[in-house]
Amino acid sequence: MAALRAAKTNNEADNPSSPVLHFGADKPLKLDAGTILSPFQIAYQTYGTLNDARSNAILVCHALTGDQHVANTNPVTGKPGWWEVLIGPGKIIDTNRFFVICSNVIGGCLGSTGPASTNPTTGKPYGLDLPIITIRDMVRAQLMLVDHFGIEKLFCVLGGSMGGMQVLEWASCYPERVFSALPIATGARHSSQNIAFHEVGRQAVMADPDWHGGKYFEHGKRPEKGLAVARMAAHITYLSEAALHRKFGRNLQDREALTFGFDADFQIESYLRHQGMTFVDRFDANSYLYMTRSMDYFDLAADHGGRLADAFAGTKTRFCLVSFTSDWLFPTEESRSIVHALNAAGASVSFVEIDTDRGHDAFLLDEPELFAAINGFIGSAARARGLRA
Amino acid sequence: MRQARGEAMSVNGSQRVDLEVVANLIPPQSRVLDVGSGDGLLLELLQETKQVDGRGLELSQRGVNECVARGLSVIQGDADKDLEFYPDKGFDFVVLSQTLQATRNPKLVLDELLRIGNHAIVSFPNFGHWRVRLSLFVKGRMPVTEDLPYSWYDTPNIHFCTIRDFVNLVEELGATVEKATALDGNGQKIGLSMPWWFWNFFGQQAVFLLKR
Repeated sequence: MAALRAAKTNNEADNPSSPVLHFGADKPLKLDAGTILSPFQIAYQTYGTLNDARSNAILVCHALTGDQHVANTNPVTGKPGWWEVLIGPGKIIDTNRFFVICSNVIGGCLGSTGPASTNPTTGKPYGLDLPIITIRDMVRAQLMLVDHFGIEKLFCVLGGSMGGMQVLEWASCYPERVFSALPIATGARHSSQNIAFHEVGRQAVMADPDWHGGKYFEHGKRPEKGLAVARMAAHITYLSEAALHRKFGRNLQDREALTFGFDADFQIESYLRHQGMTFVDRFDANSYLYMTRSMDYFDLAADHGGRLADAFAGTKTRFCLVSFTSDWLFPTEESRSIVHALNAAGASVSFVEIDTDRGHDAFLLDEPELFAAINGFIGSAARARGLRA
Repeated sequence: MRQARGEAMSVNGSQRVDLEVVANLIPPQSRVLDVGSGDGLLLELLQETKQVDGRGLELSQRGVNECVARGLSVIQGDADKDLEFYPDKGFDFVVLSQTLQATRNPKLVLDELLRIGNHAIVSFPNFGHWRVRLSLFVKGRMPVTEDLPYSWYDTPNIHFCTIRDFVNLVEELGATVEKATALDGNGQKIGLSMPWWFWNFFGQQAVFLLKR
């Protein structure tokens, strides 16, 4: 079953079960790495209907291991879309009212060009021959998709974590194309500690003999153990000590006593092993390397002479930032420094910190206060944009 | 800070009059920053009646989240720490309503208001009011009134001043009083022709429009 699903993931890279937009030699993607990606493709999902004025479009940016299947059943896992609690008919982001777009980022593995995609010049998967992709590269590609729909100005761009970085990049690079921006649980740069965790993950992947220098497909293998360890380590950072203790404590897994061995005695061990194992079924290891690198390279202030406020100078975009008290990956201070920069730029900004023990992953969960904030912000932005209720 | 104002609002209708006095000082379509925006009453009033471009800064996380959920542009922050991030003259009006007495450094906060706004509007409870004086004079105890319901040990209001004290501070900061209003215990405006000492004695609230 795992092998079957693995084959499907690989297939999703070239022939995804999503609409795909192809960009030929005439429309190359300029990359920060100093080179171009051409040809390339973007896989995306849309929900709802674009109105005649093309003013009701919302772009959702996915996180590190997310994908374009934000509000439909995921074709690889068979699970609900990753933000179905928020987006859908009659939901907070109502697809009866808004036209919602979500695309797989460049460098991803669910249909937009990434390391698992076939390199047209070799006929083999790109592997590490794909240039390094940055957050800005992802956003440049998304802009080409938005242009394809003829959307002059997105009503809102939103996303959490790596998705939030894309939101900030959008607002900074193309302020005239973004009416409102909603970056959640994110930062204007990746911290040293976060880079450190990513490096642990990458080294775990690369230490797996099945990785084969990134050419594992050619060897008929996948570095599943390495990627699972990377996921396990990363998953801890998405939670909080309080939440872990609340959920698992020191409870034992299907046993009465310690076994005095290295089996998964504790529930938390069993839980993490499960997280690692299910992750490798749906995600490409090289893509994980590229995604983590894109976040590490993100530093919006550095792109503007070290002054974050300059990234937003003169912006007319309406901002709402959200952080969570127990998020130690992107602590509230990261959001607050963005808020201060936006204040200095004279921008319209709301900022909500939500009290929860669910850690970084809270943005993906059913958090009533998060939904209330998004609802209030989207509602007032819609009134300002003249969108019907 | 929100607590200070929210509390005051719930005990006395005169507080709403104070908001109306503030709102009447602000022309339509102004850019307004409400420092200590509490539950967002003033911002909502200004948005509905004056179509202002309004922003809020509020200490209490719960107050902020409620405001944002109601579509107001409010951030969590501290008047004592976070005003430095705003640019010079970034707003037409900066409002500090029933919050000055709860700040750690009122002089610095007032200085910042005058830097950020073309005008500053400050309202505060007058500690020179006769009831306050009477309490100290007769009972020899820190006053606990309807408007100021806290005991000395648990009050968020750490820097009380009288109307005269405030006028002195304004002068010290090189600012000018463009307009001043005192409200009596019933929320009624005290006649303009009355001298300062009269305001300082009978004014329960004061609202100042300042410029520098």
